[in-house]
Amino acid sequence: MESVEAVFREEHGRLLAALVRRFGDLDLAEEVTSEAIEAALTHWPASGVPPKPGAWLMTTARRKAVDRLRRDRVLATRLAVLQVEADRAGPVPPVEPGGELPDERLQLFFTCAHPALAAEDRIALTLRCLGGLTTPEVARAFLVPAETMAKRITRAKKKIREARIPFRVPGADELPERLPVVLQAIYSIFTEGYAAQRPDLAEEAIRLTRILYRLLPGEREIPGLLALMLLVHARRDAREGGLLLLAEQDRSRWDRRMIEEGSGLVVVALTGGPPGPYGVQAAIAALHDEAPDFASTDWPQIVALYDVLLALTPSPVVELNRAAAVAMRDGPQAGLDLLDRLAGEPLLRGHHPYAAARADLLDRLGRRDEAAAAYRQALELAGTEPERALLRRRLGTR
Amino acid sequence: MKYLLLINADAVDEAGKPPACTPADWMAYDKEVKEAGIFVSGESLADLVTATTVRVGADGKRTVTDGPFAETREILGGFYVIDVPDLDAALDWAARCPGAIDGSITVRPVADF
Repeated sequence: MESVEAVFREEHGRLLAALVRRFGDLDLAEEVTSEAIEAALTHWPASGVPPKPGAWLMTTARRKAVDRLRRDRVLATRLAVLQVEADRAGPVPPVEPGGELPDERLQLFFTCAHPALAAEDRIALTLRCLGGLTTPEVARAFLVPAETMAKRITRAKKKIREARIPFRVPGADELPERLPVVLQAIYSIFTEGYAAQRPDLAEEAIRLTRILYRLLPGEREIPGLLALMLLVHARRDAREGGLLLLAEQDRSRWDRRMIEEGSGLVVVALTGGPPGPYGVQAAIAALHDEAPDFASTDWPQIVALYDVLLALTPSPVVELNRAAAVAMRDGPQAGLDLLDRLAGEPLLRGHHPYAAARADLLDRLGRRDEAAAAYRQALELAGTEPERALLRRRLGTR
Repeated sequence: MKYLLLINADAVDEAGKPPACTPADWMAYDKEVKEAGIFVSGESLADLVTATTVRVGADGKRTVTDGPFAETREILGGFYVIDVPDLDAALDWAARCPGAIDGSITVRPVADF
């Protein structure tokens, strides 16, 4: 059944996107997509996987949609109006010769991560529609009850339908504004996957970025994001199921092939124009991944890259990371001076990595009591159990 | 599809800065909206000090008070109703409105019954 599962995972988003384009309604498209997949689960084990599984699913889903529209006149009328409006918005792309499904997932990415939707709804919809996760699966990813997630997804789809968020790829002039929103949604899937110890979610984020890269090969922030995620995910086995600082990880357990692919993509992301924030973060991750050990990491280069990142996206959190790199380059006192200058930042007040970074530097300076106090403060602020476990360990082993 | 663009102006006394947009900017925008063939209706509202609020209680008694009830940071200065294909088009027109620079524009789809 492994191959059938893989087919569904890959086909779900494609099928859904093609059906949204055809019928103009996300709800109807979702319903008949799952019905078609159910039908396949009944028929394929007995009669074998058809030669063109995608086309089989599409034909089945389309037939089910037409049946629904025949039964439901009100829905049919509403969709007819939608179709007329959609035609006003622009021409429908021609169906590809040979009956292959045109890949319209790019439109779906931009609809699911439309800036008019709440940030958390964008992430949920992207997982639901493009990742093909069921609503309870999405709920588990967010650690909320399935009912809460169902309400959230329903609300987001209602806004798409009633405010008429379009199903289209933004023009070249809009892309600089719209693409970062899509990338942010995918990156959140990745980081939340890490926070919740869900490597499958991190891998789903990587898979979605690969699709996006195929569909929009010219946008360098996409390989940048893909590289960043690969270079971080390459260290998954060395984290030993918990959180482990970079300095403590057994580097022989890092995934060399993934690092190689990530490093190659960093070059793509940083070539041919000014760098974007994901490309720069990926370059920093690559320097860590390529260093034989923590101490011999190229800290001057990492500080320089944080300077670039700060110019692109000024934020106290980036300042914090830069300060940690400065501490490695110039010694703990230099890092601590920078951290103390950030003490008034409201964004860092409840941010446990700030307290933990101070604790670490105070410890290295031999100011043990202050370090212990800072670790305790970090422990109070930390949101997840793996984070607390790491901090307790640091507090205990000083 | 019809959308209401609510033009919210920043409260005038905030730092007392003069508006960045001139009446000429507004006239140019109004002309554009009308020439694009998307204009349904639109009005600019008289000064907030002229506003009066009316409420009718459960007992049928009418209460009339001066001004709007809530102290708001942004005040409704005017509106447009436009007819465009989708939300992206509506957001584009909202972004081009001079009111988006001196305040903000809330885009609300008009309910379709």
